[in-house]
Amino acid sequence: MNKRILTLFLSLTLLLSLAACGSKDTNATDARRDANEIVVGIAQDLENSLDPYTSVTAANREVLFNVFEGLVKPDADGNLIPAVAERWEISDDQLTYTFHLRPGVKFHDGSEVTAMDVAWSIDKAMQSGSWKALDNIDAVNIGDTFVSVVLKAADSDFLSYMTLAIIPEEYDYGADPVGTGPFRYVSRAAQQNLVLERFADYWGEGAKVDKVTYQIYENAEALVLALKSGAVDICAHLTATQANQLTESFNILEGTMNLVQAVYLNHAYEPLANETVRKALCYALDREQVFDVVADGHGTAVGSSMYPNFRKYFLPELADLYPHDTEKAKAMLAEAGYPNGFDLTITVPSNYQPHMDTAQVVAEQLRAIGVNVTIDPVEWASWLENVYSGRRYQATVVGVDASTLTARAMLERFTSTASNNFTNYSNAEYDEAFAAAIRATTDEEATAQYLRCEEILAETAANVYIQDLADLVAVRKGLSGYRFYPLYAIDLSTVTYT
Amino acid sequence: MRKNTFLRVGLVLTALVVGFIVLGLFWTPYSPNAMDFSRLLPPSAAHPMGTDKFGRDILSRVMVGAGDTLLIALGTVAIGTVVGTLIGALTGWYGGWVDELLMRLNDALASFPSILILLVLVSLLGGGREHMTLALGIVFIPSYARIVRSEFARARTQNYVHSAELMGASTARILFVHILPNIWHTLVSAITIGFNNAVLAEAAMSYLSIGVSPDEASLGYMLSESQSMLDSAPWYALGTGAVIVLLILGVSLIGEGLQRGEN
Repeated sequence: MNKRILTLFLSLTLLLSLAACGSKDTNATDARRDANEIVVGIAQDLENSLDPYTSVTAANREVLFNVFEGLVKPDADGNLIPAVAERWEISDDQLTYTFHLRPGVKFHDGSEVTAMDVAWSIDKAMQSGSWKALDNIDAVNIGDTFVSVVLKAADSDFLSYMTLAIIPEEYDYGADPVGTGPFRYVSRAAQQNLVLERFADYWGEGAKVDKVTYQIYENAEALVLALKSGAVDICAHLTATQANQLTESFNILEGTMNLVQAVYLNHAYEPLANETVRKALCYALDREQVFDVVADGHGTAVGSSMYPNFRKYFLPELADLYPHDTEKAKAMLAEAGYPNGFDLTITVPSNYQPHMDTAQVVAEQLRAIGVNVTIDPVEWASWLENVYSGRRYQATVVGVDASTLTARAMLERFTSTASNNFTNYSNAEYDEAFAAAIRATTDEEATAQYLRCEEILAETAANVYIQDLADLVAVRKGLSGYRFYPLYAIDLSTVTYT
Repeated sequence: MRKNTFLRVGLVLTALVVGFIVLGLFWTPYSPNAMDFSRLLPPSAAHPMGTDKFGRDILSRVMVGAGDTLLIALGTVAIGTVVGTLIGALTGWYGGWVDELLMRLNDALASFPSILILLVLVSLLGGGREHMTLALGIVFIPSYARIVRSEFARARTQNYVHSAELMGASTARILFVHILPNIWHTLVSAITIGFNNAVLAEAAMSYLSIGVSPDEASLGYMLSESQSMLDSAPWYALGTGAVIVLLILGVSLIGEGLQRGEN
């Protein structure tokens, strides 16, 4: 008898706790409003190091965008606007850039930014090895209030690289990150959260909210439940299905993610080394179906390693190179010597629901042409280690973004010697075109060569390019000021309670 | 009378659910992976359980997923029962150091949370239906071994066993022809409970996306997927959950009915 009562009691508890999951915790959201703080949900833990120069993930950059600033910084329209530098001059021969420092810009530790700090930052970035474009720097000269950078050869993209973070001289990487951005780093708990605080001495208008907590939810369902329950105020990169659950308490904003989502292929895997096989995979792809599932039909078709916000570099017609044609794909697979298909494991970071959903749709499309696809969901850390760094994978669905607003940032990784060439793509013609673009003295010439690079990627079916994803962002009703950038960035300084 | 009600309802329910599942092994209304339909359709004549976020027919997926669950649960119970009975019979009968050794191993296995052992086994063996069955089976062995051991240890001292010994029956014959049939009622209730636990364990594992590929139709994974859509697409969770509940309820009732019949 007692047992029955216990069972009943337990079932009731269970039901109640389930019901509690659905209910909204308005107290918590009100308390945050009163304290003028927000919680941002992110789908992945950050890299171990918050070093602004060696961050490889878009996810890191998205957060650090609020902490670090360069001499210049991108605005929401993709222009470079003055930041730590108040203004700059470019010599007639395009070789000398003189940046005049904005007076009174302070680091988060309270010290003032000096020309020495700037020179030191540029040097640090050069040494990090992640900024190859900076090898073009011949000398950095400093004065009291200015820094002048002398280049070996003219580079029309050079200003874009000056978005690199300015950090204090003798910056201690072991300690907390220190920059000049509108938010100051406070604390971090691995796999849990990262806390930022409004930087009161910011030179500009400064942040509107006092505190930002990035809360990490590596499980997509948990993320949606947290949004519903009121634990999270802003969350970007949602799928349509997720966003549709949230319309009651959130405004759903739509932008683009500014990345190239593709089935990235490891060319070291035997069947994928064959260009005809890769083309067959491209023909098998039906983008419309991906758009439908992931974002209710939204998304921009992309046919090479460049996304639409790059405007002059973006070639929309490349997306039409391989129109969806299952029969043709099958025939090409047979022609390539795989009439019965082959085994293909697609590794996907399971914390990114848009990529997971895309992978499932694409897997079904590839199965239709006889490829025996297995999806292997892995954790983000494992993806970074095994796929991105280790290149131990066959194919992966992921998005690749640009660290700076330059074509180089999107294209350099496919040169055969690039350290971040995780697809093992190797094409002499491509390397040549890329080198020519770097050597080019005029912007027109460089652009023409970059476009050629994109064409080669598309023509050789380097990867199964899909789209620039629609970025569905849930912003709690009562918050405003969220802005989309042409980069993978979330600027929280403009977000405010209304 | 009560025994019959439990047993009868249980049998009918189980027959219906198993029939539905077995049908799914051979035929489903649509291909379980075809993304041919509108997304998140509510239940209708064409799609009795609606469609999921990829536009797949949920009924077809539930049929296929439940088939996997059933096979895995049966396999798990089979491994657990056979190996558990063997170990239990030997240790219970012989006692001594065999008993000590095997039962301490058993204790060691049982002292870890089963989910932890499953995680380790699945990461060692890899995913897939066979490996999942094997992993769950291994985890289920200790409970069977323990139950069977105590029954055999008890039977050892009983007269019918002594008689068999005096008549010169071989040990194997005594163990499996004389004793085993006498403890079947204990075994049957252990099997029904074990079966239900296996169904739940399989669902729990795939709910946590352990050892299951996301595009595979699997009840647990489908439940986890449906969780965040409870408001907008409740049929997704309900249809999937109902099959698990009915399957477990049916088998539980059978077990209950049999047990009451014994008393």
